[in-house]
Amino acid sequence: MIDFQGFGNQLLLGAAVTLALAFGALTVGLVLGLAGAAAKLSHFVVLRTIAGTYTTVVRGLPELLVVLVIYFGSSGLLTALAGWFGHDEFVEMGPFTAGVIALGLTFGAYATEVFRGAILAIPKGQIEAAQAHGMGRALTFRRIVLPQVWRIALPGLGNLFLVLLKDTSLVSVIGLDELMRKSTIAVGFTREPFTFYLAAAFLYLLMTVLAMALIGRAERSASKGLRQAGA
Amino acid sequence: MNFEVIADNIPKLLQGVGLTVELVVLSVFVGFILAVPTALARVSRMWWLRGPAYGYIFFFRGTPLLVQIFLVYYGLSQFETVRTSALWPILREPYWCAIIAFALNTGAYTAEIFRGAIEAVPSGQIEAARACGMTHALAYRRIILPQAFRIALPAYGNEIILMLKGSALASTITLLDLTGMARTIIARTYMPVEIFLAAGLLYLLLTFIFTQAYQVLERHLTRHVALQR
Repeated sequence: MIDFQGFGNQLLLGAAVTLALAFGALTVGLVLGLAGAAAKLSHFVVLRTIAGTYTTVVRGLPELLVVLVIYFGSSGLLTALAGWFGHDEFVEMGPFTAGVIALGLTFGAYATEVFRGAILAIPKGQIEAAQAHGMGRALTFRRIVLPQVWRIALPGLGNLFLVLLKDTSLVSVIGLDELMRKSTIAVGFTREPFTFYLAAAFLYLLMTVLAMALIGRAERSASKGLRQAGA
Repeated sequence: MNFEVIADNIPKLLQGVGLTVELVVLSVFVGFILAVPTALARVSRMWWLRGPAYGYIFFFRGTPLLVQIFLVYYGLSQFETVRTSALWPILREPYWCAIIAFALNTGAYTAEIFRGAIEAVPSGQIEAARACGMTHALAYRRIILPQAFRIALPAYGNEIILMLKGSALASTITLLDLTGMARTIIARTYMPVEIFLAAGLLYLLLTFIFTQAYQVLERHLTRHVALQR
């Protein structure tokens, strides 16, 4: 048995922070992705341009750079913003918040494309039928498009989540005590880098496998109706 | 916004771009060499070939690139045998460690792309090759692999872009690639917004140039297919 010299619990605690970070960023990213897809498909040029710029820029930047920009770049912005409201001290964003925002922005940019593809994949006839029944655009989107988008987008979103789970390790660079940084701290005390980084690697593998199983279940349950119709 | 700082540091940032490009080119090249045999092993019917290839791909696709870099750069030094071996002068350099980690990582992703492409070659063609009397190896060389490479091209381009973005992690093991250089300049000037903006634009430029060049290459390599349409 490998001796973690008392750091085993610390690694597990770090893994919990990693998961919290991943799910936080997932929530932000899903909202951004849906909004981005709606903007990209809208009739307004301004919205389309904003969404287009957002996805092009964020998808072209290294995730590490996004994390660094949000963390180090936001304090100046926040301080200026707080100054407006009469608060004249230095304001800083914590590494967890910065991580959730940075990874959420990245996830959102890729999710925009996934959602856009899923919305476009819904047969036009269904939308025409909905409108023939007298549904407005908003109602059609909510009742006809959105429920099906979930099913079509799920495989793509699942892949993005697996990427996100691994990208959480980048937030260790700005000092969040997640799995990667906990390992580095343990390495500093024990001088056993291989042992601890390998342990971290296996914890990431475990989380990936669990996430894959969950995504698989979600996909099966989302396409339940489809399979019955096909059988 | 202080544009003077950006202008002053452009030469340094371009130096960083040089290292970034160098790291990506070398890693993608080595990764490709790793990926072809791995993909072939992955589709093999022999379990002792398929198993290790599957394990390699699973490990490197399932763990963060940052862990992989740290395992190579910090991890290997834990072993006395590594430190006294002939390879130590290489393994102690962050430059080579980054390339080893990147190449192993992109090799695993590329192998999986190639596996998909190999499996996407219509089975009728393989049967036809066999019926013409080609051996297994010859069919692979003449029929399967050339087409698999063509099928893999779009996904492979995406993988190279992912590697370009992943190369920013080299900055975590002290290398002065574009991100590393930007972080060093910021540590000196305390101007994160300006310098990150400049670095970001350079990354976007790199991706843009690459996608344009790759599109030309893709069109060139698939022109016989395009003609049929």
